[in-house]
This record gives sequence, C-alpha cells and structure tokens, in this order.
Amino acid sequence: MIPGRGVALATTMTIVAIVVVVPLSALVLSLHGITPAGFIATAFSPGALAAYRLSFGAAILASAIDVVAGGAIAFVLVRYPSRWMRPFDALVDVPFALPPAVTGITLAELYGQHGWVGSWLGAHGIQIAYTPAGVLLALTFVGLPFVVRTVQPVIATLPREYAQAAASLGAQPFTIFRRITLPLVAPSFLTGFALSLARTLGEYGSVIFIAGNMPGKTEVIPLIVITRLEQYDFAGAAAVALVSLFVSFVMLYAINVLQRRMVDVRSAA
Amino acid sequence: MTAINLEPLVTSVRTRPNTARLHLWERAAIAGVALLLAFFVFLPLCSIAYEALRAGLPLAAATFADPYAQSAIVLSAITAVFTIAFNGAFGVLAGWTLTKYTFPGKALLLAVIDLPLTISPVVAGLALLLVFGTRSPIGAWFEAHGMQVAFAPPGIILATIFVTFPYVARETIALLSETGRELEEAALGLGATLWQTFTRVTFPRARWAILNGVLLCNARALGEFGAVSVISGNIRGLTDTVPLHIDVLYNSYNLVGAFTLAGALALVTITLTFIRSTIDAGMHRRANAETRS
Repeated sequence: MIPGRGVALATTMTIVAIVVVVPLSALVLSLHGITPAGFIATAFSPGALAAYRLSFGAAILASAIDVVAGGAIAFVLVRYPSRWMRPFDALVDVPFALPPAVTGITLAELYGQHGWVGSWLGAHGIQIAYTPAGVLLALTFVGLPFVVRTVQPVIATLPREYAQAAASLGAQPFTIFRRITLPLVAPSFLTGFALSLARTLGEYGSVIFIAGNMPGKTEVIPLIVITRLEQYDFAGAAAVALVSLFVSFVMLYAINVLQRRMVDVRSAA
Repeated sequence: MTAINLEPLVTSVRTRPNTARLHLWERAAIAGVALLLAFFVFLPLCSIAYEALRAGLPLAAATFADPYAQSAIVLSAITAVFTIAFNGAFGVLAGWTLTKYTFPGKALLLAVIDLPLTISPVVAGLALLLVFGTRSPIGAWFEAHGMQVAFAPPGIILATIFVTFPYVARETIALLSETGRELEEAALGLGATLWQTFTRVTFPRARWAILNGVLLCNARALGEFGAVSVISGNIRGLTDTVPLHIDVLYNSYNLVGAFTLAGALALVTITLTFIRSTIDAGMHRRANAETRS
C-alpha cells in the first residue's frame, strides 16, 4: 500500500473534470433552449447531412487506404531494413509532425491548379483541389503514420515459428503470408484503422485549404460548426458537433469490440 | 582470444537478408514503398521549401521582420510554455495516480483523459467558447473580474491545453505501468517519505517517458489550429498564433510569407518529433536489454 491515494485521486479527478468534463457538458447544456424537432431540423439540415456524408465517408475511405498502403510500408520497412531505407522510415513520421495548417496549405498548393502535381494532373483532366478527392487526399496523408507506427512493431515481433513450420510443410510464400502472417497482424491493422479514423474524423486544418469549402459539396463537419458559430448559431453548431461526436464514438467503440473479438479468437486458437 | 567472433556475421544474416538473393517482387515492393513515400511525403516537404524561397532568400527572411509575425511567434511560444507546464505536471500526477493505486473506475478515468484525442479540435474550441464566452455565466464572471478568456490569450492557452491534454499522461502511464509498484513499496518500507520515493525512485525511471510526452505535447501545441481558431477571434497582433498567422498570410495571397512561416514551424515540429522517436528507440533498446539480462 502506497499512501496518498485520496489526495492524488482527488487532484487528478478535479483537473480532468475542469479540463475535459466541464467543456463537454457545456456542449450538451447549450442545447437547453432547443426543442427536439428544432434539434433534428438543425442537426440534420441538408448542408449538415452532406457534411456528415463527406466527413465520415472520406475519413473511412482514407483510413482504409492507409491500412493497405501503411501495411505495405510497414512490411517492407521491417522485413528489408537497410541503410537506404532508414530515411524513408523517418519520412513516415512527417505527416504526424507537420502542423495541420502547414499540411493544409502545402497540399493545396502542390495539388492545386499551379502546383507541381496539380498542373500535371490538370493537363490530364483530373482535378483534386476543391473537390471531395482533395479532402480524401488530405485525410489519407494525415492518417498514414497512425497505421504504419501501429503495425510496424507487431510485424517486427511476429513469431517466426509458424511461418517456418508452414514452409517446412511445403507452403508457398504467398500462402504463408495469407494464412499465417496476415491473420497474426490483422488486429493491429484494425487498431491502426481506428487511430487513423479517430484523427481524421474531426480533421480541420489540413482539409479546409484543399477542400475549397463549397456548400453541400466539399464542406466538412468542422467547417459547418465554424460557419454556424460565425452566424452566432451556437445551438446549431453544438447540435452538429454532438451528432458527429456521437457517431465517431459509436464507430470507434464498434471497432474496439471487433478487435477484442479478433484477439480472443486468436488466443483461443 | 584466438577464436573467430561469428556474432557480427550471424546477426547480419539474421537481420539483413542478402540483397543479391531477393526475389524480383521483393525488390519491386521495396522500390514501390520508397517511391510512394518520396512522392506522397517528401515531395510536399520540398514544395514548402520551394514556395518559401522561390522569390529569393531576402524576401523570405523579410517575413520575420513583420511585427505581426513576431507577435504571433511570441504568443505561440508563451502558449506552448503554459501548456507544457500544465499538461506536464498533470501528466506526471496522472501517471503516478493511475499506476500506483487501485481504485474503481480506473478504466473510465483513462478513457476520459484520452477523450481530447478523438474530439475534433474545432468541437473542442466550440465547447470552450460555450464555457468561457461572454454569454456563459463563467465567462461573464471572469469578465466582471477584469479577465477576458475567449478571444484573448487565456482562451488560446486553454484550448491548447485541452487538445494536448493526454500526451504526457499517456506516455507516463504506459511506462510506469510496466515497472510495477515493488520499488516504491520497498522504498517506503525502508523509511523513505512519499516525496523521496517519488523523486528518487519513480521520477528517474519515468523521466524519459515524461520528456517524450512533453516533446509531443510541445509539437502539437505549436501547431494547434482548429481549436485555437475558434476561440481566438483572429485579432491580428493580439490573438494570432503562428498557425493562425499562416492562415492569414495564405488567404491574403502572401504565399512567400505563408510558406516561410510554415517551413519554419514545420522545421521546429519535425525536429521535436525526431528527437522524440530517437529517445523512444533508445528506451525500447534499454527495455529489451533489461528483459534479456
């Protein structure tokens, strides 16, 4: 028994209450003057619905792309370490290290009409900036490190025995990958997906510059919140914020449950 | 010592496959990943440098002579200092409380501490605005006592504290839960006071994890945009942080200024992140060495 439990616990909980619980309660309390019908009208207005679709759709798709690309990056970085790959390994941290606003203006310029990539794509009839594809691109960029850095240590500590046993029984490399390696790392893919999703769902700074913010087309949820705030529509802003918070919590909780089940199945097998 | 040391040979075989014996598809995979990272991540970095310097170094350097840019840098630095002090102290306290004591609801408390990571920065800013805005009783009380929180530096600091709240706590909790309670209990049993136990036993073990959390918190605090832009009111020279000023410059088509400031900020946050991953790698190596011995 270590003494001081009461004081330590009380201080910790007071700080958590002031910093986290009070502001989030204020979010809920700000709805007090609004009727249920009014809440539904403002939280599910056509503009808000379009924003939910874009934000959630792009975040899910971006995280899925990151699982595939990030999984491949993690595999190569772990399995083929060399002096030449070390700078590339370091590059993985960059999207995480870059401040959102810096990411935002950089991608907007690079993929914009006059940018290195944007002008080339434009010549081929593809536009990324100021379209939903721009939102997807920014979110994929931001989410990538979360997948790679989650999957990497799991691949690095993968037990080799199963793969060796399978190989000794005559399994081909691809069969070993599909039947043994992939099931072992799948739970970490799901964790990476969830982390990427948690970050990209509410992403603002890195998205708004490249999105172009056309109402109903490329407006993300945080932008709806800000637009309503600028019109002093506090209840409307809070309503959209609460709906998006609720949906993201449900999604992340579902992933958590799914992942626990996967790990259970693996340890039972 | 005439025996030939085979250790380097063995480890090199184990960790580094002979490149000459790689399959074609393995080489293709390596090249593909390298190209992907170069195009997707390195190219944007190059474009920051290009956009900042395309009109020449003197023009880029002139960005820092602008008093608005200077006041933004000062405000960002002040915000980071307050944020680190608060979240650092809380993180150490939370690390101690959550790993050294048993109490009901620990998982819930952990989840609440982590909440800011899953909440959109803009929503965080909105929540703080609802608490500290002039329309709320708390905000009105502060204003009556001569202190404005929203649309003023205190609000910016609060928003940054909220967004970076879990970082130090997470790192500290992760490390301290690995090491258990035996050392602290031994120290206390031998007559050390609680404070001595913390400063001589717990803190030295956790200091690298704490530093890691602080570096991450610092990088995030300097770059925070969404929450701060809601609560700052964007008053030039007064409530503009560096990311907000980048936004102002970019929207007024001062691309050289925007990308110069962006490049400088990115240089700082990337450096902080790399110091952190270096420390992280060192900690892992030491942890592995400890479990092996």
